Amino acid sequence: MQTISSTAGEVTSRELRQPQSPLVTIKGEPLPLTSSKFVLSDLAFYYGKVQALAGISITIPANHITAIIGPSGCGKSTLLRTLNRMNDLIPKTRIEGQVFLDGDDIYSPNVDVVDVRRRVGMVFQRPNPFPMSIYDNVSYGPRLYGVTKRADLDQIVEFSLQQAALWDEVKDKLTQSGMALSGGQQQRLCIARALAVEPDAILMDEPASALDPIATLKIEELMQTLKSSYTIVIVTHNMQQAARVSEFTAFMMIDQNRAGTLVEFGETAQIFTRPKNRQTEDYVTGRFG
Amino acid sequence: MTLIAGASLLVVALMLAIGGLLIQDSTGARQVFGWSFLLPNLGSTWNPVTGQFQGWSFIYGTLVTSLVAILIALPMSLGIAIFLAELSPGWLRAPLGTLIELLAAIPSVVYGLWGIFVFLPAVVVRAGAFLSETLGKIPLLQVVFMGQIPSSGASRLAAGLILAIMIIPTITAVSRDVFRAIPMAQREASLALGATQWETITRVLIPYGLSGILGAAILGLGRAVGETMAVTMVIGNSLQGSYSLLLPGYTMSSVIANEFAEAVSTLHSEALIEVALILFGFTLILNGIARLLVWKIGSRTVEEARA
Ligand SMILES: Nc1ncnc2c1ncn2[C@@H]1O[C@H](COP(=O)(O)OP(=O)(O)OP(=O)(O)O)[C@@H](O)[C@H]1O
Ligand SMILES: [Mg+2]
Repeated sequence: MQTISSTAGEVTSRELRQPQSPLVTIKGEPLPLTSSKFVLSDLAFYYGKVQALAGISITIPANHITAIIGPSGCGKSTLLRTLNRMNDLIPKTRIEGQVFLDGDDIYSPNVDVVDVRRRVGMVFQRPNPFPMSIYDNVSYGPRLYGVTKRADLDQIVEFSLQQAALWDEVKDKLTQSGMALSGGQQQRLCIARALAVEPDAILMDEPASALDPIATLKIEELMQTLKSSYTIVIVTHNMQQAARVSEFTAFMMIDQNRAGTLVEFGETAQIFTRPKNRQTEDYVTGRFG
Repeated sequence: MTLIAGASLLVVALMLAIGGLLIQDSTGARQVFGWSFLLPNLGSTWNPVTGQFQGWSFIYGTLVTSLVAILIALPMSLGIAIFLAELSPGWLRAPLGTLIELLAAIPSVVYGLWGIFVFLPAVVVRAGAFLSETLGKIPLLQVVFMGQIPSSGASRLAAGLILAIMIIPTITAVSRDVFRAIPMAQREASLALGATQWETITRVLIPYGLSGILGAAILGLGRAVGETMAVTMVIGNSLQGSYSLLLPGYTMSSVIANEFAEAVSTLHSEALIEVALILFGFTLILNGIARLLVWKIGSRTVEEARA
């Protein structure tokens, strides 16, 4: 269905294979290698013959929130979905370059894609609960991994729903259908479902775009409490949201070949107040068309 | 709009007219035999010469052949549908799908001929011999697997198997559409949690589409119950005092097709019309259930899209 071409050469040392982007700093200090979660190296992505991403190199720090912003169609979702290999599902796609997760190239041939997705959870733009009970939605992942004891599942379900700030609202109706919740509750249910398998990282593609402001606020607060234990990468159209919730921001644009490229990556405060790139400045100040 | 409303009214009126006619024209038989017409009673209970008419043999024939058909066809159709909708490479889907739909369009008399000349001698005779040697020796199962299959292969088993082959395309096509209607987001949600494709199919897609799949099965069952020509050609059309699948039998539709034109007395025709009435009721109920189930999943998918 799809071909994965890797440019990985003879180099064996992990440090050598995993290039370090000089841009990444925390409070001005360079980020130590161990605290990066994803490292993307010269990534290109094709839908058939159409190139959607070109030359993307970026280091996404662990246990922080990184926002991906940019105009519509610049490849934000595509980039996000390369991080858990969700793009594998789309026929005739092709990826070049490397994506390292904790130092391992997730596109190398001996990697099990199922394992990658267990380590990297995803929350989608539209809430997509299964048409099952709230309990069964959250326990879906753990059951896949072989948790069968009712007591264990009970505990996981309660803990995940609490983490997702949904427990108090649903604790009395765990057997009700997940589809019967409000949109914002459904999205938090999906977050709980993703948390229940204890991933390392969570990818969110415009998780609040289908929600009202109050539900959005809940999700944003939730992200703040989650970042101590998880690496979060969020795609958002909403510049204020990126500024509010994230510590790092990647700004993307389409280049002259209509492929998405990374224009600037840095601490969110710097991107929004002292952008180095003229295009970034135009975009974050709203001068961009 | 009015045209559609008019057309559906016409259909309802037609159904009522047919039902009414069947009820009216079988009154005589009902007066003579009453409920005993339906009693489980095999043997020589259908005798135009003595004017003895009871319908049980035909009801049993229809039930058992349809049951065999659905038991075999459902798992196979589900497998093919899953392959078509979820597993097969894109370029194979359209040609395979079309092939399945073509199979559904083959006239049943062609299935019957193929059955007589190819399927019965090649498969059914052997399967029947095997079954009577194996299951035919097990105490309780003996009831349905006793006796020796005729050398032609004509038997209830043959009818059930031919019916299975005939309804596989229907069940497959409908279940494939059920799988297609499941939103991509459901698959993505499952796969993103680290489920394999197989786990996604068995734990998310099949439960999601269950009512639709059941609807497809009942639609197929409805076709099996009403199927006449192919069954008449391979079931042997004879009444024996046995429940065995390996022996010839009769179904409701095949007895009507065989005897109606040559009915010897008014009572005989009335009895046949009563059989037709029972058959009509069967298919009506089955189709009703099927539509209800398919409609239920359809409306759920629509709700999802709106949410
Ligand atoms: N399944 C697909 N098949 C073919 N092309 C696609 C597919 N998905 C996206 N594309 C193309 O790839 C490019 C990037 O799309 P992508 O969805 O990643 O953009 P985006 O930045 O997320 O946009 P938005 O902000 O509107 O969500 C677009 O030109 C889009 O048309
Ligand atoms: Mg997008």
